[in-house]
Amino acid sequence: MEVTYVKAINQALFEEMRRDDNVFVMGEDVAELGGAFKVTDGLLEAFGPDRVIDTPIAESLIVGAGVGAALLGMRPVLEMQFADFISCAFDQIVNMAATLRYRHGGQAACPLVVRAPSGAGVHGALFHSQNPEAWFTRVPGLKVVAPATAYDAKGLLKSAIRDDDPVVYFEHKRLYRSVKEDVPDGDFLTPIGVAEVKHEGRDLSVITYGGALHYSLDAARIAEKEDGLSVEVVDLRTLLPLDRETIVASARKTGKILVVHEDRLTGGIGGEVSAVIAEQAFEYLDGPIMRLAMADTHNPFSPPLEEFVLPDATKILQAIRQLAAY
Amino acid sequence: MEAARKPEALAGFDVLSQGDPDLEYYYWMKLVRAFEERVSRLHRQNKILGGVYSGAGQEAIVAGICAPLKPDDVVFPLHRDLGVFLLRGADPGRLMAQLMGKERGFSRGKDSFLHAGDVEHGVYGSTSMLGSSLPVAVGAALKFQLKREPRIAVAFFGEGTSSRGDVHEAMNFAGVRKLPVLFVCENNRYAYSTPIEKQMAIENVADRAQAYGFRGHVCPGNDLLAVLQLSRAVVSRIRAGEGPALIECKTYRYHGHSEHDPALYRSKEELVAWESRDPIQTYEFYLQKKGYDLAAAREQIDQKVHAIVQQAVDFAEQSPYPAPEEALTDLYATPIVRNPLGGTPVTVVRREEQEGGGNVRKGD
Ligand SMILES: Cc1ncc(C[n+]2csc(CCOP(=O)(O)OP(=O)(O)O)c2C)c(N)n1
Ligand SMILES: [Mg+2]
Repeated sequence: MEVTYVKAINQALFEEMRRDDNVFVMGEDVAELGGAFKVTDGLLEAFGPDRVIDTPIAESLIVGAGVGAALLGMRPVLEMQFADFISCAFDQIVNMAATLRYRHGGQAACPLVVRAPSGAGVHGALFHSQNPEAWFTRVPGLKVVAPATAYDAKGLLKSAIRDDDPVVYFEHKRLYRSVKEDVPDGDFLTPIGVAEVKHEGRDLSVITYGGALHYSLDAARIAEKEDGLSVEVVDLRTLLPLDRETIVASARKTGKILVVHEDRLTGGIGGEVSAVIAEQAFEYLDGPIMRLAMADTHNPFSPPLEEFVLPDATKILQAIRQLAAY
Repeated sequence: MEAARKPEALAGFDVLSQGDPDLEYYYWMKLVRAFEERVSRLHRQNKILGGVYSGAGQEAIVAGICAPLKPDDVVFPLHRDLGVFLLRGADPGRLMAQLMGKERGFSRGKDSFLHAGDVEHGVYGSTSMLGSSLPVAVGAALKFQLKREPRIAVAFFGEGTSSRGDVHEAMNFAGVRKLPVLFVCENNRYAYSTPIEKQMAIENVADRAQAYGFRGHVCPGNDLLAVLQLSRAVVSRIRAGEGPALIECKTYRYHGHSEHDPALYRSKEELVAWESRDPIQTYEFYLQKKGYDLAAAREQIDQKVHAIVQQAVDFAEQSPYPAPEEALTDLYATPIVRNPLGGTPVTVVRREEQEGGGNVRKGD
């Protein structure tokens, strides 16, 4: 059935809550309102106020209390109203949740999901546009996922909920209603830690994830049509742990790599991807590893500024051409 | 006697030239309301993009709190406090340009809505992270204390925001150091869709002040005279070195949380009940009782206010958008020169090009 990205997330929540009554949802305005983006719409009616809990504005509490409940056997799915506000829960995620298993010598588990609506291109400005994934991708003990399709939005959330460790789940706001595709009914999982080749190609690989995937696919299509280039597009899907195998295989196959993300350039996951390729596919490369990412600045508000700093299909195409010509 | 009642911070504006403070308060509330309603309309017309959080219904609070402030006091408004900008003397045209992301706005298009502040008028913008401006206001007050300056800092926040840890940390330290800071809670009964009963187990945010070692006051936030009377007394005590205070104003927001929110989670009756306690109307009753010709005053002020708002809109619409490269400025005091920085693709460098012609980049 055709479902939107936002509906796919909603379905995953419904199905997992039905499957396991230890799963519950907590966050700001998630119950009666159904969340600021309607992601949790209908859950209150279906599962009642003990499993769909509105909290005060208190992100540190939302995650901290989630940790406590997870420790005692529950599987909380915690919503940050915007990913930007995850900074207010940073300590609970990176120091509390992520270290729990380790510092208990494996005695304790923290199976929770923090859902974080992220991403720019929606006139959100500095604090409603961020892609803060790289703050978390260097924290052992965490898993970080960022689905780009409705299928993976559902499959990855289900996997995240069933995972025995804390998962930060970045869902892209711009995709909520703009992405609509066939998603099979019922239960399926997208494995965490496995990237997917979304589009096979021979000449060049674009490695990307999240909001930038769709721009990359568009650019690849144009490059194929107009330039006769065969462009492979790899969707990372999981950012921690990285699927090095798929990355390296694609690099060895095409020999030219463009890494694209909407997160900022410096310190973004693209740097890690590039390093992996440099280490494990150096001899296969036919050109420098290129990165295209958001400029190293804050997410500006005014439309011409925002367009200027963000990657889009045109800029990706330009980079593809440049790399292909190398 | 009239002069003594004149609000100090407003003295410079003297908009009606009669120097009548009664009418001046009326004017300010009307201006804030008219500006806010115009902003909402512009948002519906897609001329203001991004989130718009209307403060309609809460005008008496910004007017009553800002009135006794002095020009060198500093204010930290939150998302619903557009009125603070106007009360402090911000240029309405620049404020409108800010909301539209135009070059003449305070942040020259960088940030939206009220995040930029207007430093010239002692208004500092916040982030969206609710409550994070309270510790900052406390820090400003710390400076005033350390340097023995007779200034105060004012931090506005919603009752919903009071649930954040930052608020606790700020108030605790303010109490410990007896800092010259005024915390103003605008309790409009909702945080987005969440009613107050789901946010706190007590009736008043102000009751918490005692636990931090300072006074908390509750006041009817739609009654300008009540807010004013309280804020005058409290501000002068803070200025005299008696330490922080918390004023909680009970009020209601007329619009949804933001302009895209139809606010279906609250009842029509509730809204109507609060509309019957409208701050502007309440104040009009007072003017009438005092013997003013209300119809005449209203007409005169409406005219003035609408002219100001229209001018602001014209100014903002005529302002160009900033150049795209504006996005890369104001990051540091001294710009960091490095390559590459920008929204353009990273360029690749060939050795022969580099060795031959210096730092020639492919694609340049
Ligand atoms: C830390 C943080 N969490 C969540 C939000 C999203 N948010 C913006 S305004 C708001 C409600 C604020 O309620 P309140 O403090 O009562 O102010 P009001 O909007 O009622 O004026 C929420 C939840 C935010 N901006 N910052
Ligand atoms: Mg409120």
